[in-house]
Amino acid sequence: MSAPNKSYDPVEVEALKPEQIERMRDEALAAFAAADSLDALHEAKVAHTGPTSPLALANREIGALPPHAKADAGKRVGQARGAVNKGLAARQVELEAERDARVLVEEAVDVTLPYDRVPAGARHPLTTMMERVADVFVSMGYEIAEGPEVEAEWFNFDALNFGPDHPARQMQDTFFVQTASNSGSAAGKGADSDGESGVVLRTHTSPVQARAMLDREPPVYVVCPGRVFRTDELDATHTPVFHQIELLAVDEGLTMADLKGTLDHMVQSLFGADMKTRLRPNYFPFTEPSAEMDMLCYVCKGESVGNPDRSCRTCSSEGWIELGGCGMVNPRVLTACGVDPEKYSGFAFGFGIERMLMFRHNVEDMRDMVEGDVRFTRPFGMEI
Amino acid sequence: MRVPLSWLREYVDLPATETGRDVQAKLIAAGLEVETVEQLGEGLKGPLVVGKVLTIEELTEFKKPIRFCTVDVGQANGTGEPQELICGARNFAVGDKVVVVLPGAVLPGGFEISARKTYGRTSHGMICSSDELGMGDDGSKGIIVLPPQHEVGTDAIELLELVDEVLDIAVTPDRGYCLSLRGVAREAAIAYGVPLRDPALLDVPAPNEFGYPVEVSDPLGCDRFTARTVTGLDPETRSPIWLRRRLQKAGMRPVSLAVDITNYVMLELGQPLHAYDRSRVQGAIGVRRAEPGEKLTTLDGVVRTLDAEDLLITDDRGPIGLAGVMGGANTEIADHEDEAGTTEVVIEAAHFDPVSIARTARRHKLASEASKRFERGIDPLAASAAAQRTVDLLMLLAGGTAEAGVTEVIAPSAPRTITIPADHPDKVAGVAYGRETVVRRLQQIGCDVYGQDRLTVTVPSWRPDLTDPNDLAEEVIRLEGYENLPSTLPKPPAGLGLTDRQRLHRRVGRALAGAGYVEALNYPFIGTEVLDQLGLDADDPRRALVKLVNPLSDEEPAMRTTLLPGLLGALRRNDGRGSHDLALFETGLVFRPTGEEHTAERLPVDRRPTDEEVAGINSALPRQPRRVAIVLAGAREQAGWWGKGRPADWADAVEAARTVAREAGVELTVRADQHAPWHPGRCAALYVAVNGEETLVGHAGELHPRVIKALHLPERSCAMEVELDLIEQAGTGALQAPRISTFPVATQDVALVVSRDVPTADVEAALREGAGELLESIRLFDVYESKQLGEGRKSLAYALRFRADDRTLTVEEASAARDAAITLAGERTGAVLRGA
Repeated sequence: MSAPNKSYDPVEVEALKPEQIERMRDEALAAFAAADSLDALHEAKVAHTGPTSPLALANREIGALPPHAKADAGKRVGQARGAVNKGLAARQVELEAERDARVLVEEAVDVTLPYDRVPAGARHPLTTMMERVADVFVSMGYEIAEGPEVEAEWFNFDALNFGPDHPARQMQDTFFVQTASNSGSAAGKGADSDGESGVVLRTHTSPVQARAMLDREPPVYVVCPGRVFRTDELDATHTPVFHQIELLAVDEGLTMADLKGTLDHMVQSLFGADMKTRLRPNYFPFTEPSAEMDMLCYVCKGESVGNPDRSCRTCSSEGWIELGGCGMVNPRVLTACGVDPEKYSGFAFGFGIERMLMFRHNVEDMRDMVEGDVRFTRPFGMEI
Repeated sequence: MRVPLSWLREYVDLPATETGRDVQAKLIAAGLEVETVEQLGEGLKGPLVVGKVLTIEELTEFKKPIRFCTVDVGQANGTGEPQELICGARNFAVGDKVVVVLPGAVLPGGFEISARKTYGRTSHGMICSSDELGMGDDGSKGIIVLPPQHEVGTDAIELLELVDEVLDIAVTPDRGYCLSLRGVAREAAIAYGVPLRDPALLDVPAPNEFGYPVEVSDPLGCDRFTARTVTGLDPETRSPIWLRRRLQKAGMRPVSLAVDITNYVMLELGQPLHAYDRSRVQGAIGVRRAEPGEKLTTLDGVVRTLDAEDLLITDDRGPIGLAGVMGGANTEIADHEDEAGTTEVVIEAAHFDPVSIARTARRHKLASEASKRFERGIDPLAASAAAQRTVDLLMLLAGGTAEAGVTEVIAPSAPRTITIPADHPDKVAGVAYGRETVVRRLQQIGCDVYGQDRLTVTVPSWRPDLTDPNDLAEEVIRLEGYENLPSTLPKPPAGLGLTDRQRLHRRVGRALAGAGYVEALNYPFIGTEVLDQLGLDADDPRRALVKLVNPLSDEEPAMRTTLLPGLLGALRRNDGRGSHDLALFETGLVFRPTGEEHTAERLPVDRRPTDEEVAGINSALPRQPRRVAIVLAGAREQAGWWGKGRPADWADAVEAARTVAREAGVELTVRADQHAPWHPGRCAALYVAVNGEETLVGHAGELHPRVIKALHLPERSCAMEVELDLIEQAGTGALQAPRISTFPVATQDVALVVSRDVPTADVEAALREGAGELLESIRLFDVYESKQLGEGRKSLAYALRFRADDRTLTVEEASAARDAAITLAGERTGAVLRGA
């Protein structure tokens, strides 16, 4: 930087003439506008705002001006540089937005691609159906009781008022367990060991009721879900191994009306508020009075009865679906299980889970529930 | 029990417009399980008339003999001319009365009759068989030949009672009385509120000394024996149409007049009867138990070796019948087609012990119409009426004469009474019926009722099922209508919710399903073959089996001791059906003999068993722990547009065990093991701490190649099985929440070289212990082997994260902890820092 040249008296400096400043500004703005990429804009930025740009050079000349002209020129250059910087920033924003938009477009994927890297698992619908029914009662305060599947005859039959000659105790219905001495040897098979062990595969979940009464002081409110066994060959409608859920309530003053109300509550919880049940007299050794229980067909609500235009395949246009058996616990059963029938009464019911799954989910063949084919089970997922 | 509606109406005045469906609904509400209402003769339309065969021309030019007949049908064909008919049956002759269907008629099943050309002639209708008319088998093996007295041209639809409704009732074991028209009519009469015409109300002559001699030597097995004799029967006489039709509709086949009558009376009154040909009975009729080894040929021609408990009917020669079950062949009523037809019969109407009859029927696998009724209990007081009814019908229909002798051997018994509070039914039902209603209903079913607040109820002789107060309550409630019971909801006390064991069971199922496993519920039956295929040693405890007396399959006669056979079967089944990438799980009981099993005692039922007695029963049962198992085959991760897939391997199986343990909040210790059915080099033993003691809970890994081959499983199939109950016991209760430090983490990576056979778990345990309290986590992120490392060496690269609760760690602190970790790993496992 040279010292002020006092001898020099320029009247005008070419570069600081107003029209020159305006030209520089306009050229800069034009260059920014012409820049079509961030790189081009950077070049234009260097050319028009850098230390060697015309406006920067012009700015240097201000010092050479006589004092009275400095302010004027300074103001002009400053305004021009301000306009240029503003133009640059605006263009920078514009071009960055364009770039961002372009990148996002380039990064787009086909979101419809399928994805089955680890196929979903599932719980068996019999398991989840059983839990669902049980939970209706658990939420009311009932507890879940469980018991052995290989069970003593006394629990499976005697305690439940099945006399020694009851037809259910015959070989055509019940799996009998060999005596332990026979089990030890390979050649233990033989009809002569029939029933000697006093042990069977439980034919219903009712022995759990007997155990629950022996284990607890009344009042007893339990549900007993579980696996049971009968000597049926597997076919479309039978399976030797199936699932039941039973309910037992023992308390002071329980009545058949309470049984009816509990059944109504269950079908409403499972099938909707407008559901109800129907009782028909029947016979079971462990209940007296006994009843067969039907639920209103949850599909047609009974409207298919006598109405050929609205036939219902869920209930075969009967209007009702047979559910299972129920009744007031036979006082003999209470006695055998240590409950005083003079003080307490009880009700019980039970039904098959397979059957409920069949009509609720339109399962046509029992074998589908037995064979463990993943194509059947997977769609049922985690809960039912 | 099949009940023709027309027959039922004989005893009850049902409203004329009432259909079978209406009656069905009423009886169902009263507790009779009326399964179906069969519509007999549905769609049947005449003309169907009686005809008389005038001529028969045998046509022989066809493959089978054909008859061209002319039949007089009177004016039924509009002309009075003989009707020309083709017939393929041969069981009739000129002059016989037959049933002719004429053109324009419709037979059951929508079979429209018209004149048609057949066998070169025109048949103007058809001569009918019982099958074609929907009557069921009548044993004629041809067309129907009617008794000669029926006029030609008579409408046969009415004559043969072809149009009717039949209620088919599944009678429950307590309702033996409904195995008779009398019993069903009683229920119908109550349901409709109309009187019953009781067919058992007959005049019966008093017993006397001249009857056929009967000696009952077992009055407990037979408390009543009535014998009547009818002589002068015409063996040629056949049962009249009405009798045959009623038997057919009730599902029985007409046989001969005497037998048909005993069957008819049994259906009507519920009392099984037996008719002996008197000429074939020698000496007095006796009732006694069999001697062991005694033999009897029953009516069905089977020679039966008798048991000492079998109750027998005998004569001087020995057994002539299995009491209440089936008669003997040696005293059978002779058919009129035989050389000498029966002309004299002795009628037996007896009452036998239900249990004895049930056992005999079961022992000889011989369930008869008679045994079915005796087992359920019949009305002992109806025996003499039934005998009288049989005598009456034999006189009326077979021209017989009743002998004056009436034998009755009766063991005295008193009527049974039950005492109940008058409001007992109200308390059972939860309904205020009131005493009047209770008494009225009990009287309706035949009880005598006395008393005010306490009722003394004498139950009718036909209801042996009524023994307890609740039996009477049921009668009142069912007649008042189960459908009229109100609906009230009892409120149980607050329950405790699910037990830990139950919650764990559910959580494990959800966790495994969440990890991609599909649940299978397999049958628990196995045989020794699969245990051989699994390669179990001879003394493997899984070979100790709970065996069944009567398995469905001789190949699978025992209960599972492991879940794997069932699951592997499901794996193979799925694979065979084209699903190859498989992850299955099952939770369920296995059955492990304790070796201490004894016969489970049959405890009394008239009191609570003692705790010792219950424990005694329980110790007769095998151990039945709950287990969980998984099996894997094919890809664990599928290949796809994202890249390569990954086959399921041993590590997935072990991870499944960790998933289970995690749900229980239990730490799983993994060690190498050799255990069937797993690959000896790829088998992990799994341990948890139960009460501070390390306990083996199961195994996981890849299956042994020999097992895979023997069971035809996909290659490299993997499996895991653990005892869920043990894992549950290892649980430590409510989780204690971790404290979260917000100071920064210090990360240090270390690469250690160890001998290839050092278990990684040991190295990690040493690092963990050596690093001390500052270690927040440790993670193995790389394992490799290479030439540079040297033969039999492997490199393990760990990321260690350090953090303190109360300060930011310095680099020196973190490094010191790391170095301590490395030092301990070196001492314990020989590990050296890579590059050191």
